[in-house]
Amino acid sequence: MLRKLFKFHGGVKPQTHKAESTTQPIARVPLPERLVIPLHQAVGGHPRPLVAPGDKVFKGQRIGGADGSLSSAVHASTSGIVRDVAPALMPHTSGLTTLSVIIEPDGEDRWGELDKVNYRTTPPDELRDFLRDAGVVGLGGAVFPSYAKLKPGKEGRLKTLVINGAECEPFITCDDLLMRERADDMLKGIVAMRHMLQAEEVLIGIEDNKPEAVAAVQAAIAASGQSGIQAVAIPTRYPAGGAKQLIRVLTGIEVPHGRRSTDFGVQCFNVGTAYSIYEALEFGRPLISRVVTVAGNVDQPRNYEVLIGTPMDHVVRLSGARPDTDRYIMGGPMMGVRLPAFDVPVVKATNCILVGSPALFPPPPPEMPCIRCGECAKACPADLAPFEMYWFSRSKNFGKAQEYHLFDCIECGCCSFVCPSHIPLVDYFRFSKSEIWARERDKSSSDAARDRFEFKNFRQEREKQEKAEKLAAKAAATREKVAADNQAGTASPAAEAPDTAKPAAPSAEDTKRALIAAAMEKARQQKAQVAPKNTEQLSAETQADIDAIEARRAASAATPPTPDA
Amino acid sequence: MINSPFVRKPASVQQVMLQVLLALVPGIAAYVWFFGAGILVQLTLASAAALAGEAAMLAIRGKPKALFLSDLSAIVTAWLIALTFPPIVPWWLTVTATLLAIVVVKQLYGGLGQNPFNPAMAAFCLMIVAYPALMSQWPAAGQLDFSSQLQLIFGGIRQVDAITGATPLDALRTALRAAANPDSQLHGLRASQLMDGPAYGMLGGKGGEWVALGFLLGGLWLLQRRIITWHIPGAFCLALAASAGLLWAVRPEGFASPVFHLASGGAMLGAFFILTDPVSGATTPRGKLLFAAGAGVLTFVIRAFGAYPDGVAFATLLMNLCVPLIDMNTQAPVFGHKKD
Repeated sequence: MLRKLFKFHGGVKPQTHKAESTTQPIARVPLPERLVIPLHQAVGGHPRPLVAPGDKVFKGQRIGGADGSLSSAVHASTSGIVRDVAPALMPHTSGLTTLSVIIEPDGEDRWGELDKVNYRTTPPDELRDFLRDAGVVGLGGAVFPSYAKLKPGKEGRLKTLVINGAECEPFITCDDLLMRERADDMLKGIVAMRHMLQAEEVLIGIEDNKPEAVAAVQAAIAASGQSGIQAVAIPTRYPAGGAKQLIRVLTGIEVPHGRRSTDFGVQCFNVGTAYSIYEALEFGRPLISRVVTVAGNVDQPRNYEVLIGTPMDHVVRLSGARPDTDRYIMGGPMMGVRLPAFDVPVVKATNCILVGSPALFPPPPPEMPCIRCGECAKACPADLAPFEMYWFSRSKNFGKAQEYHLFDCIECGCCSFVCPSHIPLVDYFRFSKSEIWARERDKSSSDAARDRFEFKNFRQEREKQEKAEKLAAKAAATREKVAADNQAGTASPAAEAPDTAKPAAPSAEDTKRALIAAAMEKARQQKAQVAPKNTEQLSAETQADIDAIEARRAASAATPPTPDA
Repeated sequence: MINSPFVRKPASVQQVMLQVLLALVPGIAAYVWFFGAGILVQLTLASAAALAGEAAMLAIRGKPKALFLSDLSAIVTAWLIALTFPPIVPWWLTVTATLLAIVVVKQLYGGLGQNPFNPAMAAFCLMIVAYPALMSQWPAAGQLDFSSQLQLIFGGIRQVDAITGATPLDALRTALRAAANPDSQLHGLRASQLMDGPAYGMLGGKGGEWVALGFLLGGLWLLQRRIITWHIPGAFCLALAASAGLLWAVRPEGFASPVFHLASGGAMLGAFFILTDPVSGATTPRGKLLFAAGAGVLTFVIRAFGAYPDGVAFATLLMNLCVPLIDMNTQAPVFGHKKD
């Protein structure tokens, strides 16, 4: 059956480089000497460590507990001894460290006791808790805790469950191989998700440059006898694998920035996530490994099943990095991040280790001025006008940049890819976004300081007034006493006077206090309304971006990138 | 530190400009064929002046010279100046105009990408105001051989009135005005009858129509190469033809046909090469339509009712002025905010 597909605006067609790493099946990686498992690997709260140095851990044992309303657990990827719980370099451009559990494998690779669950009979809330504790997060790269997305919208049911097998980034083939080799199991995960979301239909979107994967998934669907699940080949055009772009292509729905797709009756998961959900629900196995593509400047590009926490160079060694290798990139060439070292660990977000060299990814030619040719606007999948945002970002006119929808930018890199003036447009937008976040944070902390100051003033005022009233009352009482002493026996007027004065004074004070409280409440609400959308619950990467920028700002006197320098 | 994306499309400003220059070649070939090789001299003069002016300004501004001289944008400006000026203007006029365009209109505003006005058209307007006589002498097709053209370009005293006339566009307007006058010999003649003379071809001016066809061809190639979009040439031609057609339909004896307007003067050059300058033009799809339609109507109004031989240059500058306003108000809705 052919489906009507929709188009998203823009997009580019970089060379895909996918054939190289799909010639061989997914390989296993021998145990490394040491696993470094960062506790904070997903969007949301920082999991708290559950182990201490010297502890013996089993494979699949929880070592980081979910903390807060949005958080996801972390597990030991193999059995061994915890050598340390300490900050270690994380796989991010910033070179920052994050609290990690360092495990020395004992070589036995022995599973601990695993919880099991029957997804058909267990209530959804318990299933969600189960998946949170199994550490299942989005494996497409966003690492958003999956349990939080497995809630149908307000209506209690979903129209369409979209499964993302588009894999539009060049070089990356981990989803392709997963679909080819494990389509049946992945499909079981999808069926479980469909059950949890009460989804009417399931659409599995796969770019049409992966015919083997499409065929494998279609065969699995046919074999399963499930109805209402369809594998759809979509045109190959980067970034068709962006969740919003894929939802657009398959359903025609455009989910605006800052809105939940469930409001539109759609939810989207990556194929790898579906497989992890199957592993968790069927066997109780938490997310301790994932498929990782090793590609680029290596002799044998290939996909590997890698334990979370494995040092990247341990994996890359198996593919044979060439001598001129100068960097690892986590992710693809369009959106990947350059890593600060070769031995940073594979984490849940690692879909690809792209091995780079100056020859493979040469530095861009010198940046020229923008000629407003509009190529970037033609390529932008979010329908933005990047060259306009560029002017405003460059002049640090962030208000204007936001007016041109800076925060709708998904940082896909299409604009930088096509720019004939070789302007690193995405870098300008990242810079602007982080500056705006920093300012919002400064503002909210100064707001808090002002609130404290105002309350202190109010309290001091009040205390002064109370003291004055007390003194006045005391003085009045003294006067009355004196008067009473003078006019012995005629106590009735003196006794009445304070009685009339007493209720009047507190009522005036109460009104004033109520007014002040009301004004403060109003101010607080106004502030809450203008508060930025994006400063809470950032992903580890974004938070690291911000931290890196903060560090740079502290180091230098905040000099922005000046391209014509 | 280089961040993602780590790959880029092999595109550059230089390549864009080179393709624009290549697209001008068919028109230039027709120009040489019908009007003689004098235009090649003018193109060379303008190019040399543009590079010299650009180099001097880059040196003063402390910008990398090799990078910006090789982007070819100055050459595009130079060629547009040479192609819109009469081919027999004296050398110093071409050089002065080019220097004005590069030094004042482009570099003083900040160089590549910063000029609010189209440099070539600004130079054209300055020169036609400063030297109206020299800027209005156009030889007819095949009228002057190369040596007399050279003499006119580099020679001293000019006896040009005797050997050159106005452009067909200019001549037709004069004739049409005469035809409206009851005392004139031409009274009562229609535009089609007035166009019977040897200066006119099938569609526009003799020879000139072939040059326009050359520019049209080059323009279509740019469209196919996706250097330009259809919006500006489409809206300009449509608006020019519609406004000309409206008055022509009402009073055919008083106005030239829309086809004549499209095939004459700088219409094709304007539609595909001048208004499409991204730096000084509108950038949003809707904005491009408005910008070019405005230029089309203005071109017709200036041609039909103004005092200058052609209206493209003034129309371009006037619409350049409106670009910030147009762009600001025609931003397309972004993803998720469209009303389908």
